[in-house]
Amino acid sequence: MFDNLSFNSNLCIVFEPQNILEMADIAEKVKSIIVEKLGVEASEVTPEASFTNDLGADSLDTVELIMEFEKEFNVSIPDDQAENIQTVGQAITYLEENAK
Amino acid sequence: MELKRVVVTGLGALTPIGNTVSEYWEGLSTGKSGCGPITKFDAEKFRTRFACELKNFSVEEFIPRQEARKMDPFTQYAIVASDEAIKDAGFDMEAINKNKVGVIWGSGIGGLKTFEDEMIYFGKGDGTPKINPFFIPKMIADSSSGQISIRNGFRGPNYVTVSACSSANNAIIDAFNYIRTGRINICVTGGSEAPVTIASVGGFTAMRAMSERNDDPATASRPYDVNRDGFVVGEGAGALILEEYEHAKARGAKIYAELIGGGFSSDAYHITAPHPEGYGALLSMMDALEDAQIKPEEVDYINTHGTSTPIGDPQELKAIVDCFGDHAYKMSISSTKSMTGHLLGGAGAVEAVASILAIQHQFVPPTINCKDLDPAIDQNLDLTLNQGKARKIDIALSNGFGFGGHNATVIFRKV
Repeated sequence: MFDNLSFNSNLCIVFEPQNILEMADIAEKVKSIIVEKLGVEASEVTPEASFTNDLGADSLDTVELIMEFEKEFNVSIPDDQAENIQTVGQAITYLEENAK
Repeated sequence: MELKRVVVTGLGALTPIGNTVSEYWEGLSTGKSGCGPITKFDAEKFRTRFACELKNFSVEEFIPRQEARKMDPFTQYAIVASDEAIKDAGFDMEAINKNKVGVIWGSGIGGLKTFEDEMIYFGKGDGTPKINPFFIPKMIADSSSGQISIRNGFRGPNYVTVSACSSANNAIIDAFNYIRTGRINICVTGGSEAPVTIASVGGFTAMRAMSERNDDPATASRPYDVNRDGFVVGEGAGALILEEYEHAKARGAKIYAELIGGGFSSDAYHITAPHPEGYGALLSMMDALEDAQIKPEEVDYINTHGTSTPIGDPQELKAIVDCFGDHAYKMSISSTKSMTGHLLGGAGAVEAVASILAIQHQFVPPTINCKDLDPAIDQNLDLTLNQGKARKIDIALSNGFGFGGHNATVIFRKV
C-alpha cells in the first residue's frame, strides 16, 4: 500500500529553532538556567520567586544569571533594564518580549 | 620576648600519589610514581604530554557543586586538604576562639585555569567583554585562604603567600611567626596548585624546564639521575594545622611534631636559574638552623627541593655539603618530587607533610627513578635512591626554592 504514496519534499517545512522560541520554551529554559546556576530545586523556581530574597542569590549570582540569559537567548540586556529583573517571572516576561 | 612553641596537630594531603594523608604516606613509603598522560586537556601538540595529576578525585564528594563551581581547582584542592587537616586536629569548633585562628596559604600562580577559560571565551567573541562575575574572585590566589576561612569561620590573619615554588614554605613560616609571637593560637597553613593547564604546561615547556620523556612518564621525574631532563608538573594540596604548644596540650591534642625553625633568603641572581654555587640555598638553610637554635649535626633528614632539573639539583646538594660539612654524609636526603611531581606553590606543603610523616614513622621516603647517579653529584651523599628506609629521625628539614630566586626552609622536630 505504501507504493501508492508519493512523497512531496516541498511539504517539509524546516523550522529554524531561533525563529520559533515558544513561550513555554523560554520559561523552561529560564528555569533550568536558574536551577543550574543557583543550585536550587526546580520546584522553588516559581514566577514570584525573587533571585536574592527567595533563591539565595548574591549580587554576583544575579549578574551571572543576566549574562546567562543574554547568552542563551541572544539578547543584550541593558543595565537599567537588568535592574528591573528581580524575579523569575520578570525574567521570563522580559525574555518573551525581547528574545530574538 | 619569650617565643612560644609551635606544634603540628593536624595534616591533610591531596596528591598525585594519594588523596588522603594515609594514602599519601603509603605512596611515599613504597616509592609510587604519580605520573601519567595528561587527561585535563588535549596535549597532543605539546612538547610534554604527561603530568602528575590527581587520581579518582571528584570534587563533588567534598564540596557541593554550586560552591565548587565558584572555586578554581587550586581552591577546591585547598578546601579538601584543609578539611582533612582540620578534622584530623580534632578541634571542638564551638570551644576554640575562632578570632585567633589564622589561615595563611601558599600558591605560586592561583586560578590559572579560570584565567585561561575566561580569556579563551573572550578571544572567541567579537571583543565585547562578557566576563563572568566570578572570574576575579575565582582567579585571585588569595581566594584559597579566603574560602577556607569562610567555610570554617576562622577570623584571624588571612592571606596567601606568592613566591613561586617556595610559596608554601613561606606560608608555613608566616603562620609559625604569628603563633610563636602570641598573636594567634592556631593557623591553617599549607599550599595548593592546579597547574596542569595549557598555559602552565606550554609556558614551562617553552622555558625547557619540564621533562619531555613522553615515552616513559613514570620515570620522568628522576632527581639526581644523569639523564634527568626537567621537572614534572604536579597538582594537589598539602595542609598543616599549626598550634601553640600549651593550647594543644590543654585540649589533649595529638601532636605530630614541633616546628622549630624557618629560614629564608634570596639568590639575587637570576629570574629562573638558581645561583650557580647554591649560595641562596645555603643561606636559607643556615638561617633556618639559626632560627631553630640547633647544630647542623642534629638534622637527620632533608627533604630536598630536588626538582629533577639538570641545573637545580646539583646546586642544592652542594649547598647541603657547604652547610652541613661532614654531617652531610651521615644524614638521609631524598626528593619526594620523584613521586609526586612538582606541585609548585603547593610543593612545600606536601613536602612538609612528608617530612613530618617521616618523623612520625621513623622512615625516609625514597628518591625514585635514579638509575645512574649523575657523576657531577657527590657520590657519598645518602640520597635514599629507589628504596625508602627506616632510620632514626628526630629532626627533618625541608627546602623550597622558587623562580625569582626565593628560598625558604622549614625544620620540624620530633616531640
